[in-house]
Amino acid sequence: MTVRQFKVWRGDESGGQLNDYQVEVNEGEVVLDIIHRLQATQEPDLACRWNCKAGKCGSCSMEINGMPRLGCMTRMSTFEEDETITVTPLRTFPVIRDLVTDVSFNYQKALEMPAFAPPKDVEPGEYRMQQVDVERSQEFRKCIECFLCQNTCHVVRDHEENKLAFSGPRLFIRAAELDMHPLDARGDRKEIAQQQQGLGYCNITKCCTEVCPEHIKITDNAIIPMKERVVDRRYDPLVVFGRKILRRDQLTSTAVAEPAVHSGPVTVAEGAAPVNFSRPLSGPPGPEVNAAGHVNLNEMLSDRAAAASPFGDDITFPVDPKTLNYYHPGGADH
Amino acid sequence: MVNIEAHAYDVVVIGAGGAGLRAAIEARLAGKKVAIISKSLFGKAHTVMAEGGAAAAMGNVNSNDNWQVHFRDTMRGGKFLNNYRMAELHAKEAPDRIWELETYGALFDRTKDGKISQRNFGGHEYPRLAHVGDRTGLELIRTLQQKIVSLQQEDKAKFGDYQARIRVFAECTITELLLEGTGAKKRIAGAFGYYRESGEFVVFEAPAVVLATGGVGRSYKVTSNSWEYTGDGHALALRAGAKLINMEFLQFHPTGMVWPPSVRGILVTESVRGDGGILKNSEGKRFMFDYVPDVFRKQYAETPEEGDRWYTDPDNNRRPPELLPRDEVARAINSEVKAGRGTKAGGVYLDIASRRPAAEILKRLPSMYHQFKELADVDITAQPMEVGPTCHYVMGGVEVDPDTASAGVPGLYAAGEVSGGMHGSNRLGGNSLSDLLVFGKRAGEYAASYTDELAARPKIDDTQVAAAVEAALSPLTREGGENPYTLQSDLQDVMGTLVGIIRRKGELEDSLRQLAELRERIQKVGATGGRRYNPGWHLALDLRNMLVVSECTAKAALEREESRGGHTREDFPKMSATWRKVNLICSLSTEGGVDLAHQPIPTMTPELLGLFEQSELAKYMTEEELS
Amino acid sequence: MTTTATRPIGARPRAAIEAKTLRTDRWWLAPLLTVIGLTAWVAYATFRVFMQADYWVGAYHYLTPFYSPCVSLGCVPEAAEFGRFLPDSPLIPYAALSLPFLLLFRLTCYYYRKAYYRSFWMSPPACAVPDGHGKYTGETRFPLIFQNAHRYAFYAAALISVINTWDAVLAMQSPSGFGFGLGNVILWINVIMLWAYTASCHSCRHIIGGRLKHFSKHPVRYKLWGFVSKLNTRHMGLAWTTLATLAITDFYIMAVSAGWINDLRFIG
Ligand SMILES: Cc1cc2nc3c(=O)[nH]c(=O)nc-3n(C[C@H](O)[C@H](O)[C@H](O)COP(=O)(O)OP(=O)(O)OC[C@H]3O[C@@H](n4cnc5c(N)ncnc54)[C@H](O)[C@@H]3O)c2cc1C
Ligand code: SF4
Ligand code: SF4
Ligand code: FES
Ligand code: FES
Repeated sequence: MTVRQFKVWRGDESGGQLNDYQVEVNEGEVVLDIIHRLQATQEPDLACRWNCKAGKCGSCSMEINGMPRLGCMTRMSTFEEDETITVTPLRTFPVIRDLVTDVSFNYQKALEMPAFAPPKDVEPGEYRMQQVDVERSQEFRKCIECFLCQNTCHVVRDHEENKLAFSGPRLFIRAAELDMHPLDARGDRKEIAQQQQGLGYCNITKCCTEVCPEHIKITDNAIIPMKERVVDRRYDPLVVFGRKILRRDQLTSTAVAEPAVHSGPVTVAEGAAPVNFSRPLSGPPGPEVNAAGHVNLNEMLSDRAAAASPFGDDITFPVDPKTLNYYHPGGADH
Repeated sequence: MVNIEAHAYDVVVIGAGGAGLRAAIEARLAGKKVAIISKSLFGKAHTVMAEGGAAAAMGNVNSNDNWQVHFRDTMRGGKFLNNYRMAELHAKEAPDRIWELETYGALFDRTKDGKISQRNFGGHEYPRLAHVGDRTGLELIRTLQQKIVSLQQEDKAKFGDYQARIRVFAECTITELLLEGTGAKKRIAGAFGYYRESGEFVVFEAPAVVLATGGVGRSYKVTSNSWEYTGDGHALALRAGAKLINMEFLQFHPTGMVWPPSVRGILVTESVRGDGGILKNSEGKRFMFDYVPDVFRKQYAETPEEGDRWYTDPDNNRRPPELLPRDEVARAINSEVKAGRGTKAGGVYLDIASRRPAAEILKRLPSMYHQFKELADVDITAQPMEVGPTCHYVMGGVEVDPDTASAGVPGLYAAGEVSGGMHGSNRLGGNSLSDLLVFGKRAGEYAASYTDELAARPKIDDTQVAAAVEAALSPLTREGGENPYTLQSDLQDVMGTLVGIIRRKGELEDSLRQLAELRERIQKVGATGGRRYNPGWHLALDLRNMLVVSECTAKAALEREESRGGHTREDFPKMSATWRKVNLICSLSTEGGVDLAHQPIPTMTPELLGLFEQSELAKYMTEEELS
Repeated sequence: MTTTATRPIGARPRAAIEAKTLRTDRWWLAPLLTVIGLTAWVAYATFRVFMQADYWVGAYHYLTPFYSPCVSLGCVPEAAEFGRFLPDSPLIPYAALSLPFLLLFRLTCYYYRKAYYRSFWMSPPACAVPDGHGKYTGETRFPLIFQNAHRYAFYAAALISVINTWDAVLAMQSPSGFGFGLGNVILWINVIMLWAYTASCHSCRHIIGGRLKHFSKHPVRYKLWGFVSKLNTRHMGLAWTTLATLAITDFYIMAVSAGWINDLRFIG
């Protein structure tokens, strides 16, 4: 057992600093153990995510000595005895507190990526796939969604403005996975990758591959093949010619199954749900602005105490319940 | 009063593991508006850690397999204490649930003819576990997660909003269920919780709640479970008036890592043994042959030679004893260590390196290799692993109706590890993942149809919300309260040493005394810092759940005077046919203590009984039942 | 009970960490070596290509790859296997037909792209080290969108590799007929390496089989793809090895041609 020097970033969106700590380290421990010891002995409110402590869930992503890594997979024995170890939160995402960041960017991008399209006319239980055909996609399904690759990728790490147009390596492997899926029925994955996910922003500098704790060959096996597939589609007359001559078009789509509609014992009577959830939602109200068109940053300047109404300032109460997507538990006359 | 965000949903699913997600999908497919709530990020629930596979009698590898065989294995594994109806439904419906996953985009390993490949696992007569390398749980949860995304995309196309009918509330902890009415008219009205990120409170108004919160393992020091497993669902159900069943049965995984110390508890999947790994004590002896209990004598090999032949020719040989059910293996290891034949770190050796070529190990156990290499710098293709029993799974849980997964309180449903009865006194490997899918679906389905039948939506009682707020804030406002980490560690010590794998009357009584002391201390727990992402505060709130669940376990363990499956009493080492007829039921007394009651277990139907040989039943049942 | 949206919306700030990077290892070493290596090689190659001398050993029919195919009117006639038609000018390299394509091949190569983006462009210099640019659009627009043309360069390079192979075959002669010397060994090593590099190209991997959706229906292409994939994992190594073999081959032939050394002959 030895006592070692640590620097841990503490703070939140309003700012923060690297704090110095001295923590006991035992043989065979990993950085996450040290964070836990810090919590238990010195800083009970030190925020840090973790779940499995076995490199399987991808929760404990952090930057250790400047390198994005999993806290639970970074052995203390990889550092020198007298080395100070610096632990900071992921840089690319908004910070919540201490080592915890808001990774919703990744979930949003996943939401925008068209999901697996099951083939039409193939019943559950009738799926037949060969092992060699699924292996490529299986590599990408190893992803534990630690988002280290997303965090490291300089396209968004150094250029916040690219977040809109660029989905990031985690989603590129998802695109490749689906494009290589033997039964996926969508034929436009390449176009989506190029036009909606921003595949072109990647300059194949391979940092995603370098940090992936699952050792997925993101660049070699997903991004570059996807780039090549895009070339097939858009830029290569030889391939187009070959396809015409041989009349074997590997790339066009087969029919896509209809979206899932439930067929089970549960039947929903039409209109039985007390709330009309399908009513289109109105957009969120804009923030309150002052005469100069700016948001009032200071409560002193606002014409009322506390925050603006989330319903917008031009709404008077009570609101007609029929216009809401909310059903009052007390019934319509509340 | 503090600001509280409010939402209205038809079905609120607490838990984003396999069971929760499957329930949410089903409820959404039934046209309901669904909220999924999870303590950690979306897709990080415990299910990701499952390695071995999901058991379903598809018969892809051995066509002799069918649901009856699976049912038989499950009952044997659970030592006939299982709720037979759950085991039956599970065995019948598991294949459909697995096939369904493929339509969601899952990519299981394949057989030569392109079907889903199945592998051997302890306690299963035929190769039965659908798997993807050794990361089946990850595949399962990712598939369900992506199915949810695909449903959200459908909603986006239809309603213009991804979250029109399913919304995921990640990093949000439910601390209280809200009820309407009292006594027999009591029903679910919603749930109360806080966002971990901001510390703000949130109220869900919903007529139906599905509990899918997983297990309780965090009450033990050596455990494969994460911080999430504080028994929240168990405690929520108790407080809502539901009952817990079989809480004395905890599964200790026989082979968790014991060295190096910091990775204590991390599991070495059973497939290491399924693929040829053997257990040796410090003297180098393959000791499992000495520990085959009589009930299993017929199915297991008697010589190493026969056991070794089984890997290639399973039809003509009996399986090696390393593949005995988990409790037997755990107990055997425990006995070896107690007899002084263990390693320095208190485990035994699990050796696959000397039995299979390195390339084959790499191919079949890639993430096991990866994990050991990176976490402990151990090369499993070159040296044996040091393993020992680890708290892994709780068989007990919320008592539910087998068909509807209803937890007794109208509107409350439970599925997955948090529910009890399905696995009896011991769970077979791989049965959990399929359990999640089968009963997750049922819970979602019946929760949805329950909301259809309602005349009026229940109303939330503001005084309950106010009380919940106060309870949640109390650790923060308490001056000089006790450190939650110390309390947790003390609780783990009590459970680990006194209510561990081998139990004795005196120790159990002692544990109840100490738990009572802890109860006092936990009421005075304090947390420093603010409300934003404050793990100390979160732990302080979880402690009371851990405590009440631990009390249930200790009480039930003291009551049950026999050894069966995941419950071993040193003073009552034999299985007793009269105790088999009894389920121990925990409920909350009016003062907040735990009440324990006996309840007869449901009698199996003659058709199902007919699946077993009379001689086998004789090992478990009383004379009177047999006649 | 009041209802408020307490969760902040819109862009939120990142952690305010002062240091640009907290990496403590020598992350600058790799880009530095790349700059040195590539600059040195380019300098040598440019010098040699415009030297227009000492590229040919008549006695053994050695032609350096930097001058193959030699199609300038200034070429030694015996070295010009494919005819002479380009005007002889100090500004036009003798192999002006192949060199632009080879240059393009390497410039658009996925590995070299990584190498020079990281080192010369510093975009990014190393992982988790900020890139030095205010704006970044990657390969989405002119001129970098033309990186997508790598496949054509690959087709050309494969053709040129055939020519190089032909050169190596022709070089197995001496004034008395068949011949074999150290120069041949070097030429062959170079050609084999060039083939390995070319075959390990990502575009090649894609064309050979990567673009298939069902490997099981194309067993032969699957085998080939497997082979190319193996080579492909060594693409970076091959990229540097071929730079070395090219330079060594050229230097050796220059040295023999200029008479600084004599070729070590085994036969003939
Ligand atoms: C290491 C390991 C290996 C395993 N291997 C296998 C295997 O090979 N085969 C097999 O069949 N089984 C295996 N199991 C068992 C199986 O993984 C679990 O039993 C199963 O995943 C439980 O799933 P679940 O859906 O019930 O809950 P979980 O997946 O654990 O999900 C619980 C969810 O509830 C949420 N939650 C909990 N409390 C609250 C609260 N208060 N408020 C809001 N949300 C809450 C959590 O955030 C989480 O999302 C393994 C388990 C472990 C630990
Ligand atoms: S290879 Fe592409 S996606 Fe990966 S880190 Fe580099 S730029 Fe980003
Ligand atoms: S691809 Fe690798 S680095 Fe990226 S999220 Fe997945 S596991 Fe993490
Ligand atoms: S805690 Fe799960 S990956 Fe580190
Ligand atoms: S030559 Fe390098 S990728 Fe094509």
